[in-house]
Amino acid sequence: MLKSLHIDPGKCTGCLQCEMACSYENTGVFNPSKSRIKVFTFHEAGRFVPYTCTQCDEAWCMEACPVDAIVINTLTGSKDVKADVCVGCKVCTIACPFGTVNYDVDTGKVFKCDLCGGDPKCAEACPTEAITYIDAGATGMDRMRAWAEKTDNAASA
Amino acid sequence: MGWTKKILRVNLSEGTAEAEPLNMEWAQQYLGQRGLATRYLVEEIDPKCDALGPDNKLIMTTGPLTGTCASTGGRYSVVTKSPLTGAVACSNSGGFIGAEMKNAGWDMIIFEGKAPSPVYLYVENEDAKVVPAGDLWGKSVWETDELLHQKHNDPQLRIACVGRSAEAGCLYSAIINDLHRAAGRSGVGTVMASKNLKAVAVRGTRGVSGIKDPMRFLKVTSEQKQVLAENAVTGQGLPAMGTQVLMNVINEVGAMPTRNMREVRFEGAHKISAEAMQEPRAGDGKPNLTTNAACFGCTIACGRISTVEKGHFTVQNKPEYWGNSGGLEYEAAWALGSDTGVDDLDCLTYVNFLCNEDGMDPISFGATVAAAMELYESGAIDSETTGGIELKFGSAEALAQATELTARGEGFGRDLGLGSKRLCQKYGRPELSMTVKGQEFPAYDPRGIQGMGLTYATANRGACHLRSYTVASEILGIPEKTDPLETAGKPALVKAFQDATAAVDSSGLCVFVTFAWTLENIAPQIDAACEGDWSAERLVEVGERIWNLERDFNNRAGLGMADDTLPRRLLEEGANVGPAEGKTSGLPDMLPEYYELRGWAPDGTLTTQTRDRFGLPG
Repeated sequence: MLKSLHIDPGKCTGCLQCEMACSYENTGVFNPSKSRIKVFTFHEAGRFVPYTCTQCDEAWCMEACPVDAIVINTLTGSKDVKADVCVGCKVCTIACPFGTVNYDVDTGKVFKCDLCGGDPKCAEACPTEAITYIDAGATGMDRMRAWAEKTDNAASA
Repeated sequence: MGWTKKILRVNLSEGTAEAEPLNMEWAQQYLGQRGLATRYLVEEIDPKCDALGPDNKLIMTTGPLTGTCASTGGRYSVVTKSPLTGAVACSNSGGFIGAEMKNAGWDMIIFEGKAPSPVYLYVENEDAKVVPAGDLWGKSVWETDELLHQKHNDPQLRIACVGRSAEAGCLYSAIINDLHRAAGRSGVGTVMASKNLKAVAVRGTRGVSGIKDPMRFLKVTSEQKQVLAENAVTGQGLPAMGTQVLMNVINEVGAMPTRNMREVRFEGAHKISAEAMQEPRAGDGKPNLTTNAACFGCTIACGRISTVEKGHFTVQNKPEYWGNSGGLEYEAAWALGSDTGVDDLDCLTYVNFLCNEDGMDPISFGATVAAAMELYESGAIDSETTGGIELKFGSAEALAQATELTARGEGFGRDLGLGSKRLCQKYGRPELSMTVKGQEFPAYDPRGIQGMGLTYATANRGACHLRSYTVASEILGIPEKTDPLETAGKPALVKAFQDATAAVDSSGLCVFVTFAWTLENIAPQIDAACEGDWSAERLVEVGERIWNLERDFNNRAGLGMADDTLPRRLLEEGANVGPAEGKTSGLPDMLPEYYELRGWAPDGTLTTQTRDRFGLPG
């Protein structure tokens, strides 16, 4: 089953455990500034929103890369950056409509979410299930269930 | 390693910022944060110095677990000599700037001297500079935060700063970070402003590396997060209700200080409780509480994010207060509400916003207003003194006006900025001040929770619940239930809580973990991260060493046994209702035994034996 990251901002508390887990997995250091997933705080609105790559099927970052440094992981469907091929031209960062590919000034390469090869650490670290890794074909299931529950059976009887 | 092993020393008189190595011998003795910074303070300042003079120093300090994935590992503390108490001050805060300091590569920032004109410190990893802040002086915390983000064009900058109350010399001014988290107590913000230091802005992109045993650290922190998740308090009570979960509980046991501690139950408690925060309001149909929120790395998430109803009298035509911000925690709700007799939830939320906006400790502020209300009702002050405010218990309008004036350092707000002790002295009624060592009481009446009387009397920073929260044992039964009305056994309980808490406060973790964790849960996390062998026993020893070091500082500053006491009201006037009706604080029964358990002389000074046992500086 192909899975994808599913984000429910309503459950996010802004603790940044996901950013620590992501940066640690990818760099060996607890360093939110190097995280592939970012939590945005909208203070006035009282909202926290985690955001990361959605692994587009038609991935513009991959299309734009002039050296084919972004490749599909056939196991997970993720679009992965091959750091040894990346030349740091940043064209992918321009091509991505969502801003989820970014340039690392310390390595001279770009970096993005690769679903940790099928075991995303952000989802594992999230204490409130705001980030889960679920069936890519049924990410709306929880929301459907919630609406289904509100359906009044008596009305149709 | 946990520590970055680097200190940033900022000489404000000279405008310099230099790196120096952390004293690792001291780190092994005092762990970090509260303990380690106090060790530096003891080494570097004269305890008798003027807290608001250039000889005092101000230390922002992290713990070895700050910035790691350990749950709640985002804490930092501010250590200095307090202008409110004359004792050592250590105020702990969450939010995000502590972890950012660590990510920038610093365990600690020591500020010394005094800048000739307003400045702020800008830190970007290893680069640190003292920058003129003439344009920020006179601005609120919220304005300063926005201006610095704009100036540096960096939304990820983390900022701690002082507001207008500190600039005006209010003696209980806080340092606010991340808009609504506070190093709140004992006037640490007042010290910061006295140095002409307006703000500290930090951006760290280096991260926290060098964990001693990374695999073990990931495993043990993950296991311990599960313990927090499965605990009723940290897994359910605190995230759902916040610390406000206590409002109805404490009121029920008759330990809710009310109207300047004249009474022990507040008839309006249910209107300002956690439950009330979740009720839809009559006006806009929305609850006061929008959501809960976490500090850095915290899997509990007790923080409150709230709004004030747009039509409420406090914010009518003031759209700048219509958005969400930090909502009421129990201490603020108590001090601003029950102690002043005000039961208007949205008014308290507005007043709490102002405490954040201009950096005031809501406990000391609320308790000072309560004292002023008693002065007013007893005729010691009148509406001429207050500039026309009818400062009666229960008046939401008076509370809101008093807050606006104090936040901005205007009019009668200057008097309120003195704190309860100096205010009551000024108007000839010193006995009406509900303080220890000049610091206002928090939200537990020591007649109904006897351990808290000894806690307040002996806390090294003046009246404080966070130095030994025996409420956990006496009311909640954590780790085991003791009788709140009994004094027997309390000296040992208080000492044990004091020592354990001093260790937790030195680790980078939040003291709220102790609802679910003991030092047995914490030690393995420190041990996996830090050089050395860290057992629970060793943490107790570190905690006791810190306690004695702080006490020694206070003794040298001129404080002693005479200051380990409570106001007459609590020692002589019985509780008016509830389980403790007629009961006074049994402090006199507990204090001598406490000194003995501490290994102190009968006058509360350290003996040579105790000093040697902990290797304290001579």
